[in-house]
Amino acid sequence: MRGRLPFRLSIFFAQTDRTGVGSVPLVALVSFFIGLTMALLTGYQLQTFGQEQLVPGLVGVAFTRELGPLMTGIMVAARIGAAYTAELGTMVVSEEVEAIDAMGIGPLRFLVGPRVLAVFLLLPCLVVISDVTAMSGGALISRWAFDMPFRHFVNTALENILIRDIIAGTIKSFLFGLIIGLVSCYKGLTVSGGAAGVGGATTSSVVTAITTVIGFDTLCNIVLVAVFDK
Amino acid sequence: MSNVAPIALAELRDLRLAFGEKEILSDLNLQVPSKARLVVLGQSGSGKSTLLRLILGILKPTSGDVFFKGHNVTRMPRRRLNRIRQKIGMVYQYSALISSLSVRDNLALPLEELTRKTRKEIDQLVDEKLTLVGMAEARDKMPSELSGGMRKRIGLARGIIMDPELILYDEPTAGLDPVISSVIDDLIISLSEKIGATSIIVTHEMESAFKIGTHMAMLYKGKIIAEDTPEHFKNTDDPVVSQFISGNTQGPILEDTPLL
Repeated sequence: MRGRLPFRLSIFFAQTDRTGVGSVPLVALVSFFIGLTMALLTGYQLQTFGQEQLVPGLVGVAFTRELGPLMTGIMVAARIGAAYTAELGTMVVSEEVEAIDAMGIGPLRFLVGPRVLAVFLLLPCLVVISDVTAMSGGALISRWAFDMPFRHFVNTALENILIRDIIAGTIKSFLFGLIIGLVSCYKGLTVSGGAAGVGGATTSSVVTAITTVIGFDTLCNIVLVAVFDK
Repeated sequence: MSNVAPIALAELRDLRLAFGEKEILSDLNLQVPSKARLVVLGQSGSGKSTLLRLILGILKPTSGDVFFKGHNVTRMPRRRLNRIRQKIGMVYQYSALISSLSVRDNLALPLEELTRKTRKEIDQLVDEKLTLVGMAEARDKMPSELSGGMRKRIGLARGIIMDPELILYDEPTAGLDPVISSVIDDLIISLSEKIGATSIIVTHEMESAFKIGTHMAMLYKGKIIAEDTPEHFKNTDDPVVSQFISGNTQGPILEDTPLL
């Protein structure tokens, strides 16, 4: 049929709920702890030079530009990428994908489109949550360990974060979302060999997605440094 | 490649399918007459289900052609092939219902995706087909809540939801008890009579085969070795066909392919 979206809207919304809303607790909690630990460890080292006021900037820049997208990418690859691959793989094994294909529907609009788009669009939103919770963790520990007021932490962090850091982080988040979506759906739809095949494909999907995300992160850093930091 | 349209609804011509060195089908020729219920017999693993996948264009033959209403599905662009597939209903051995969708949504899926029918029209059609297979009360259930026989009937209802001209049945009664098997057999006969569709039924259950079939074909060693009416099949002097029908352990089948 002509003039239709390349993905089924109801499934897209179900997937955004699962990918985005469902991942908020994990992303928030892990980012909060990493932000807290990072502020604590760097703060102790910097304290010896009397430079603990650098902690907010360090946590802020590190998360908006690098750790936010990277950590969120890794968490989503493990949580959602694995789920997509296992789900699609099981559908392949139980002939559900073939049945969809045999009806003349094709698995792209029904299975792949909504999933890839959901993770592509929702990963940047999760990165924002990761950045905010990481800085909250950092602010909390800085208040307790280094006697730094919250307002001072926030102001210093915001002074240090540049627009280019936010742009770099956003570009990466979209890219990582796309990688996770494509890798997990591809691995799921190419499963063969029953239950063991699904298990193998899920492991392979998570490993491939995480490795590719880290690889592209490095590549992005090189390109972005070459473009922005000259 | 011939472009001459065959008279039969579906035709397999000089079909060969090999996966690497392993040849599954070789020089296979089969005509499926319009309105017939063609039963394809054959040993387990002889390539019967593969045959159905070739007709649907899910598998591509190594050589040869598959025609559906004169259209060569082996050399067809994806978009056209999808349109052809809408005229073919497939009923899977293990039903292949989409486990995340309710019975209603399973049946409604092709209508929602491939037609411009309203929700009301779709619901009407879903109810109509569910009533036809005697499963109207299962409308809002999930596939996991249904028994094997019930799933099979829902699979059947999904297979006919688009009013196909050809229905492919892959082992429709395998794994079911004799009573439910009989119910499914009767259903296949009544569906083909009610909607006037041609059917290809792949099975190795002889009782079902003779009950359902108006035509029969025997697949052996990658070829159709016999194609005839059920009466002629019963009285055949072909040693392979007669051994298969009788289930005799003495004969060419086990001599050619020892299983023990």
